[in-house]
Amino acid sequence: MNLRDRDLGSWPVVGGLAAIAVVFGVLNEHFLSAENLTNLALQMAATGTISLGLVLVILLGEIDLSAGSVSGLCAVVMTILYVRHGWNPAAAVAVALAVAALIGALHGFMFTRLGIPSFVVTLAGLIGWQGLMLYLLGRGGTINLPFDGAVAKLSDTWLPPWAGFLLAALIVGIRTGSVLNGRRMRRAAGLPVPSGRWSALRLVGLAVALAAVAAVLSADRGVPLLLLIFAALVVAADLVLRHTTFGRHVFAVGGNAEAARRAGIHVTRIRILAFVGGSVLAAFGGILAAGRLAAVNQSSGSSDTLLMAIAAAVIGGVSLFGGRGRAYAALLGILVIQSITNGMLLLNVDSSVRYMVTAAVLAVAVAIDSLARRGQKR
Amino acid sequence: MLSAIGVSKRYNAVQALDGVSLDLRAGEVVALVGDNGAGKSTLVKVISGVVTPDEGRIEQDGHPVRVNDPLDAQRIGVSTVHQDLALCENLDVIANLFLGAERHRWSVLRHIRMERTARDLLSSLDVRIRDIGVPVAMLSGGQRQSVAIARALIGEPRVVILDEPTAALGVEQTAQVLALIRRLRERGLAVLLISHNLADVRAVSDRIVVLRLGRNAGEFPTEGTAPEAVVAAITGGGSL
Ligand SMILES: Nc1ncnc2c1ncn2[C@@H]1O[C@H](COP(=O)(O)OP(=O)(O)O)[C@@H](O)[C@H]1O
Ligand SMILES: [Mg+2]
Repeated sequence: MNLRDRDLGSWPVVGGLAAIAVVFGVLNEHFLSAENLTNLALQMAATGTISLGLVLVILLGEIDLSAGSVSGLCAVVMTILYVRHGWNPAAAVAVALAVAALIGALHGFMFTRLGIPSFVVTLAGLIGWQGLMLYLLGRGGTINLPFDGAVAKLSDTWLPPWAGFLLAALIVGIRTGSVLNGRRMRRAAGLPVPSGRWSALRLVGLAVALAAVAAVLSADRGVPLLLLIFAALVVAADLVLRHTTFGRHVFAVGGNAEAARRAGIHVTRIRILAFVGGSVLAAFGGILAAGRLAAVNQSSGSSDTLLMAIAAAVIGGVSLFGGRGRAYAALLGILVIQSITNGMLLLNVDSSVRYMVTAAVLAVAVAIDSLARRGQKR
Repeated sequence: MLSAIGVSKRYNAVQALDGVSLDLRAGEVVALVGDNGAGKSTLVKVISGVVTPDEGRIEQDGHPVRVNDPLDAQRIGVSTVHQDLALCENLDVIANLFLGAERHRWSVLRHIRMERTARDLLSSLDVRIRDIGVPVAMLSGGQRQSVAIARALIGEPRVVILDEPTAALGVEQTAQVLALIRRLRERGLAVLLISHNLADVRAVSDRIVVLRLGRNAGEFPTEGTAPEAVVAAITGGGSL
């Protein structure tokens, strides 16, 4: 994949984010405060994780409409095991994720083996898994999680300032090491080496950005663990997509499934794995959301969640036509959506207006995607 | 080195192939010509393991071999460039060259090794692409066809089959691809070229095999054969 092309692909989003920061920053002095930006980081982790799962599925040119329901259902499964049955929270989370994997495998099976369009399979999932969640919740409708328990602690753990900066320095150090190593290996193999100035500039950019994030968050409660978890998942997904055979095959199937099949790629296996990955990430997002709320209830993983997660992936630059996009889309896209939501709430704008603005941003993102696709065709 | 002997294939009412034989030799370009529906693609599919023949056998260096699926074909060194290119347009040139055959260690891609091999392969074939890191969708038709053909060489095959490689190309790009086919011959590969275009066939082939209505309808050395004789064999008109 051409890195330059991809990076150009995220410039519109980065520009959009800058515009959002300026507009809301001017309209409301609280928007860019350390406290509000920390809240923003907490708000985006759960839906962002669900969105990351959707990136996987959308890269195949498919869609998973059940992500919201699966996130709610699995959060409820985890909560029941943990709170009602007194399980160890880690075991409860593991079982909930395993349930999600089974659900994803079922969707993938119905899609690949029975030939039902993914849209239809997961639409059934959207309704059915929400039904199961409501059934499990029963008449009570709400189950609280202990505030000082491990799951709730996920969203109430903060890095001290020194740890935040140390982590930022560590990341920049690792990145620098890998860039230098890559250049050395390319030189050794006699391959063209990209301009050093550009690589250095990007590393400086990364260092400045991470230091700024650490500084802002440390000015409030510190870097939240929740943000670290989400960011680590995004980075891990990005590495898997770009540097493993599985990732390469996801792009291949998303770009031209028939070509992938003729090249000997196990298209069915890739598709099922993507649905499994999507569901597991959705479930994990649901668990993060439950931890933040310290409860699950009947609106856990409601339709709003799904739509925001899909919109985030697309706004972040994942093509709905499949085969184009990066894991970072989930991070950038959810940042855009959550900033708009957060800013409008600060301004006391009615949610009707918020939906319309989000829709407009989504429409622009899809338009950019379609134009980019048309521009590529010859 | 690779022969199809007495191959027959029937699709319900249609006898697509009826006792067809074909012989491919190293360092030789054989052109397979014939009217629409003559059975050219079916014969290619038999040799590349996409369909199983009702009768007949495939021999390699005089020994019978089984070609029941595309993997068998790969194993005996047969590589096919299908008429529709089967490239992933969203992936770059390197990724397409190694599609399904990625070099990896513990499933981590070996980007540098693949790029090195890709550059060496492309330059040995004299394929010029300014930036092999751009998605294939950004390349011209001739460049894409070149990538598809280069890809057929990744598994180090002995036989390369090209189904209508110039059908969708302009004059200049056709010349590019024909030059590439000559380079395959120089590498000592056996090349089977399916084409409708007799000018292309005359330009690169050593031998012309004509199919008509699913049967062998003539075989000519390209040099010293009048085009009219080939056309007559294709249409079934005139003397044989
Ligand atoms: N999958 C198939 N099912 C039925 N008939 C087929 C099939 N493939 C080819 N045929 C028939 O076999 C004959 C030979 O086809 P083909 O090998 O594609 O010819 P060519 O490539 O020379 O144009 C044609 O009459 C065609 O209609
Ligand atoms: Mg044909």
